[in-house]
Amino acid sequence: MTSLQVNMAGLTLKNPIMPASGCFGFGKEYSQFFDLNKLGAIVMKAATLEKRLGNPTPRVAETPSGMLNAIGLQNPGVDNIIRDELPFLSQFNSVIIANVAGTTIEEYEEVAKKLSATGQVDALELNISCPNVKEGGIQFGQDPELAKIVTERVKRATHLPVFVKLSPNVADIVSMAKAAEEAGADGLSMINTITGMQIHLPTKRPLLANNTGGLSGPAIKPVAIRMIYEVYPHVSIPIIGMGGISSAEDAVEFLLAGASAVAIGTANFQNPCICPEIIEELPKVLQKYGFNTVEEAIGKAVNR
Amino acid sequence: MKREKMTVLSISPLAKDTVEMVLKTKNAVRKAKPGQFLYFQLPGHTLRRPISIAAIDKESGTVTIIFKVTGKGTELMATLPPGSVLDAIGPNGNPFPADENGSNAVLLIGGGIGVPPLYCLGKHFCAQGVKVYSVLGFQSREYVFYEEKFRKLGETVIVTDDGSYGEKGFVTDVLHRFKLYDTYFACGPLMMLKAVTKQLEDVPGFISMEERMGCGIGACYACIIEANTEEGYKKICSDGPVFRAGEVLL
Repeated sequence: MTSLQVNMAGLTLKNPIMPASGCFGFGKEYSQFFDLNKLGAIVMKAATLEKRLGNPTPRVAETPSGMLNAIGLQNPGVDNIIRDELPFLSQFNSVIIANVAGTTIEEYEEVAKKLSATGQVDALELNISCPNVKEGGIQFGQDPELAKIVTERVKRATHLPVFVKLSPNVADIVSMAKAAEEAGADGLSMINTITGMQIHLPTKRPLLANNTGGLSGPAIKPVAIRMIYEVYPHVSIPIIGMGGISSAEDAVEFLLAGASAVAIGTANFQNPCICPEIIEELPKVLQKYGFNTVEEAIGKAVNR
Repeated sequence: MKREKMTVLSISPLAKDTVEMVLKTKNAVRKAKPGQFLYFQLPGHTLRRPISIAAIDKESGTVTIIFKVTGKGTELMATLPPGSVLDAIGPNGNPFPADENGSNAVLLIGGGIGVPPLYCLGKHFCAQGVKVYSVLGFQSREYVFYEEKFRKLGETVIVTDDGSYGEKGFVTDVLHRFKLYDTYFACGPLMMLKAVTKQLEDVPGFISMEERMGCGIGACYACIIEANTEEGYKKICSDGPVFRAGEVLL
């Protein structure tokens, strides 16, 4: 019997599979397709202090082996999320990770405090890497000093483990990862989307109303794996890997590169049951490559 | 809403860049209502394609869809031979309020590829004994389809932008001729919906919208439209695609 259980940052996940933030809403829609208890964890859509209406449409565009999105962190605001969405999620025995976003350090702190006080959230994911908002988000994720400050402040505002979600839109991913670890991060999530653009030929203009968007899907999988592989030897905190995963084989690649768990994003749109299907397949794929547990596979591709 | 494999029974060109496809389905045909859509996965494409249902035949277990070839995904879809199997999620979204409406006569207003869901709706109303009038607008003669089918439902006026078929003009140019209906239902380009809802401000109506979608089930917030509600928005895929006229800001 292959063990899928993963222990990381003080959390116990029954398996290493979770839907990625922003691709799964707050779970209700996907619960029509499968039992969310099957998931190792559920990562909620980003919460900001006030509600955000996001960017104009079109907000998504298909690209070769991927897609661009520029939603712009639309969400009902942390209070509404706590009131309307968390009670639904808390009925499941999966680990609940809330994604925290903001435009100022104070906003990150405030959102983190409110979510921590509910007692219904198991960990926070600090979103310092959204490429689709004008203020905040990625600016904290492109400067190691700012990343450090926001991580430290959020760590002081919560008793929960904090995963810092890193942006791939940086020259030196290792220094960002180290900055987060030094600031007290309990883990890393990597990677967020890569900034991109598509031109719409009939209008001769960028297709997305926001002009740029975040590229996701299989197109970015090699970038994600390379970055995790580079970061893994330099940090001692666990990594949640993401970027184009759409099969159990993909998931195992991420584990080998150094991820302790993985998140599934864009693939949910193609197949709403992709998460449970990967969970089902994972033991066979691990066995096939000689692993009896998930933990055995973590970082095996890396010379540490 | 379920994910299922549907088999292409027939595929045929209806008009320029316009394709009709009949699909054998187990689940969708039992659940689908006029105004809902199916969400198709195409090999080699990341995002599914939302396509509204043009006819539901419970006896033969088939649904008909009509789509316009506008890009690589629909191009591929148009080449699928009968017997091909398509992965679809559906039926998605909310239907037109056709059962609880209490109408005696309705006006259907369709523009281009917005016409198909109205055919589904018109058939439904006809079967209930509701009188159906239709105004259908197309770019030009080569894009016209389903004229005869709509005429069988009731009085139908066809307009084309360039006057190459039917009457020259937009759907809004002929709406004033119809007086004996109590509710209208419109589907078509945004500009058309804007003009129609403005012109028929005092008449109860419902519109159906389209937008580029991500998940197609309400989770990803890609297909948002501004709305006159406390939240300030609606999701086209799951709150729509059908909205009461005036509910969303066009």
